[in-house]
Amino acid sequence: MHEWALAESVVKAAREHAAGSKLRAVLEVGVVLGELQAIDKDIFSFALAELGKSFAGEFARCRFKLLKEPAAFKCRACSKTFTLKVLKKTPQEGEYIHFIPEMAHTFLKCPKCKSPDFDITAGRGVYIKHIRGTQ
Amino acid sequence: MNALDPRPSVINERLSGIGRIIAVTGWKGGIGKTVTASTLALLLAEKGFRTGLLDLDFAGASAHVALGAGNAFPKEEKGLEPPVIAGVKLMSVSFFSGKKAVPLRGANVSDAIVEMLAITQWGKLDFLIIDMPPGINDAALDVIRLIPGAEALAVTTPSVMARSVLERSLTLYKRLKVPVLGVITNMAAGRKTTARGRWSGGVRIDTGLEKALGRPAALLKTAFARDLGAIISKAL
Repeated sequence: MHEWALAESVVKAAREHAAGSKLRAVLEVGVVLGELQAIDKDIFSFALAELGKSFAGEFARCRFKLLKEPAAFKCRACSKTFTLKVLKKTPQEGEYIHFIPEMAHTFLKCPKCKSPDFDITAGRGVYIKHIRGTQ
Repeated sequence: MNALDPRPSVINERLSGIGRIIAVTGWKGGIGKTVTASTLALLLAEKGFRTGLLDLDFAGASAHVALGAGNAFPKEEKGLEPPVIAGVKLMSVSFFSGKKAVPLRGANVSDAIVEMLAITQWGKLDFLIIDMPPGINDAALDVIRLIPGAEALAVTTPSVMARSVLERSLTLYKRLKVPVLGVITNMAAGRKTTARGRWSGGVRIDTGLEKALGRPAALLKTAFARDLGAIISKAL
């Protein structure tokens, strides 16, 4: 249930944003789950639902929409762009990347030049894409 | 709206059960920051304080070696609960790197620090000791940005080079309004030490220290630990 900690952060950040934007009702929060971190969507949904039980006021009618984002990489050494599908990792390495996505630089390498010096250009981890509501 | 990173919003909450956060810092490499941070954590735990140790030296993580953490791994429970080694809750990137190098650029270091701070469930602690990497870099700036209550404990040696760098670091901490608890002068050997704050003093060169690394009970019996213990006993 490491997902719980990240779900908590989503709820707290959404609340802070809603307060800052003076939203009277938050209707939808779009949350991106990056492919690299391999967040378990069911566990994440469960955590959001549990955390949502305490919702009231402007969040009473809020739903969380979970969006998947494929991981993409660009090598800084040779400029090759690549996806997660072409990279090999053991289940253990995958679990380490699940906890700290930056461990990708330890276990993964550019398929062309083998460098660990690449940018994660998309699909790293969890972020909020949109918050829709009424002012 | 622009993409919103939710993780920083919970960092304060994750650290809310901690009494004092002390960043053991020093801008030169090889001056004994990790041994100081690890021994300080062990000494505080021995005195009965609930203590944690966070290793933020991603490139050279070694607090787990100093404590002899072996195959310890955090427990997954609404986040990650650090394993307890000799009474100290330890969190380190080494748990996730499988004994391999961690080649991270600055932005990646920041992202990894935010992730660790967001998911680590420290619970109630009297002290959290942070083992900082050498220099004033992403990790140091992130600690100042994300943990505004952190106090610095500087480590130096009697070397003219280390002391020159120390002076610059103290000036910057003052400008950034980071409280400095003191200066630990490692490998002092009776030479002049720098006194800045209550947690200041010299620690002898200890030839038995190397053999004690990885064995917390032995580490606590070294002359190094005795000298460091005398400094903090006066300060606490």
